[in-house]
Amino acid sequence: MIDAENLTKKFDNLTAVDNLTLHVKEGEVFGLLGPNGAGKTTTIRMLCCLISKTGGEARIDDYEIGNVADQQKIRSIIGLLPENVGLYDALSAYKNLDFYGRMYKVKEEQRKERIEHFLKMLGLWERRDASVGTFSKGMKQKLAIARTLIHDPKVLFLDEPTANLDPEASRTVRDFILDLKKEKRTIFLNTHNLDEAERICDRVGILKTRLVAVDKPEKLRESLWGIKTEIQLDAVNDAIVAAVKRLGPWKIEIAGNKLIIGVSEPEKENPDIVDAIGKAGGRIHFVTQVSPTLEDVYLKLVRS
Amino acid sequence: MDLEIAWTVATKDLSIIRKKKSIFYAVIILPLIMSIGLPAIVWVVEQRGTIPDAILIGLLNAFSFFFVIMASLSSIGISSYSIVGEKVEKSLEPLLATPATDGEILFGKGLAAFIPTIVATYVSVTIFMILTDILTYAQLGYSYYPNLTIALVLFLVTPLAIILSNELNVLVSARVNDVRTASQLGAIMGIPFFVIYILAEIGLISLDIATFLAISAILLAADIALFYLSRTTFRREQILTRWK
Ligand SMILES: Nc1ncnc2c1ncn2[C@@H]1O[C@H](COP(=O)(O)OP(=O)(O)OP(=O)(O)O)[C@@H](O)[C@H]1O
Ligand SMILES: [Mg+2]
Repeated sequence: MIDAENLTKKFDNLTAVDNLTLHVKEGEVFGLLGPNGAGKTTTIRMLCCLISKTGGEARIDDYEIGNVADQQKIRSIIGLLPENVGLYDALSAYKNLDFYGRMYKVKEEQRKERIEHFLKMLGLWERRDASVGTFSKGMKQKLAIARTLIHDPKVLFLDEPTANLDPEASRTVRDFILDLKKEKRTIFLNTHNLDEAERICDRVGILKTRLVAVDKPEKLRESLWGIKTEIQLDAVNDAIVAAVKRLGPWKIEIAGNKLIIGVSEPEKENPDIVDAIGKAGGRIHFVTQVSPTLEDVYLKLVRS
Repeated sequence: MDLEIAWTVATKDLSIIRKKKSIFYAVIILPLIMSIGLPAIVWVVEQRGTIPDAILIGLLNAFSFFFVIMASLSSIGISSYSIVGEKVEKSLEPLLATPATDGEILFGKGLAAFIPTIVATYVSVTIFMILTDILTYAQLGYSYYPNLTIALVLFLVTPLAIILSNELNVLVSARVNDVRTASQLGAIMGIPFFVIYILAEIGLISLDIATFLAISAILLAADIALFYLSRTTFRREQILTRWK
């Protein structure tokens, strides 16, 4: 649905996005992660035909970015939530949505229906006639998300959809995105929130001007770190460590009363390890599987 | 050009402008002052004793030209707001992400500035004409207004001048980042009209039908030229990225 090949953007002599190659399937939720200034917003703006590309190619559905004849088509099938919500403060919530509905030529009846549906869903229906200037940041953000959906777009571009939101509002927005995912919409989002990316994205890409990595969140974690078994004991002693070492050539870390073992096949190896520790006189409190968080992976990739 | 889209943009801008009191009053106050103030001058002149008919008529023709200047100045508030205001609210990005074309957006914004200005002008000119007729009937023996000159001013010169003023403002607004600067630069628009007025006062030209037709022709040419200029210089990308 979204296909970029060597997409590049230069501002004078600063390269903001460098040879980005990326494919997002229909119905997929794709998250772009990256530090400030990594080129995430620039990427979205190019894909939404708001700024020109300097090099490479990109297509949305079957339409080509940079092709004047296709731009109009692309704009009509995408919905964009920009970094700054850009609502009209002087107008009411209802009028803001209605204006955009008209701009996309949504029929009056459908417009009314959708506006009511979204405003109710996002808990803003009671405030529909209040001017947006009186809204809190979170309310504005939610309203702006409703705005991106008013014309029922196939593809959604969300630039940091939960930035500035309190945990509950973020939750509402996240659940909302997950609902949209069920409707088979393609969603491309930028975020700094790794936990969020992991929860809602099918795949994530890590961008730092160039695309550093792209995969399913759990794959990214495993490929970088491998799997570890963490065993919490009463006390760790040399006999216990030696017993574990005899079982296999694993990397063993000792942290207080914990043993952290870099296993390769936890299902087969963990029972033997537990057995050996018991025989060596160790008393086990917990056995847990640990994997690095997406944050660990992110930091490692971004720093290198 | 999809007129429905342009009209949607225009009505949106109009409903915002209605809420922005300072812009709204700027459009009505000046015309209101003139519709009462100019007849008041006529009244003062008449009170001082009779002046020759020819001088009175010269004065009335000059007054009708004032409305052209007024109209082109009072539309500035709105047209400055319409692009710079969107920049300030950062609402241009989602707007430019819709399928609307540059022409539709610019035309809609032009309408939003044109409609209230022309309505305010027509209302104030009507009040002015009624009051002036009442005051001058005794001396002239006939109702001076309406006449061909004022009809030309109202239906030809004024609309063309408002359009030119809007176009200039769009050009300026796309390049500055606050509404006040845009308005001040837009006020430059008044200068050529003042020059024409002064030329008339010192007798180099007379504000008669021929002059108004000539002014209209020049305005029309300028309108057309600026329309193309503003459309070719309306660069979405720069407007979007230079506001930071
Ligand atoms: N209009 C512009 N002119 C010049 N440079 C720009 C422009 N827009 C962006 N850049 C530069 O391009 C780079 C990428 O910016 P971009 O806004 O895409 O980053 P981002 O990943 O969205 O960052 P953030 O997380 O802070 O939103 C930055 O170095 C920025 O300074
Ligand atoms: Mg950004």
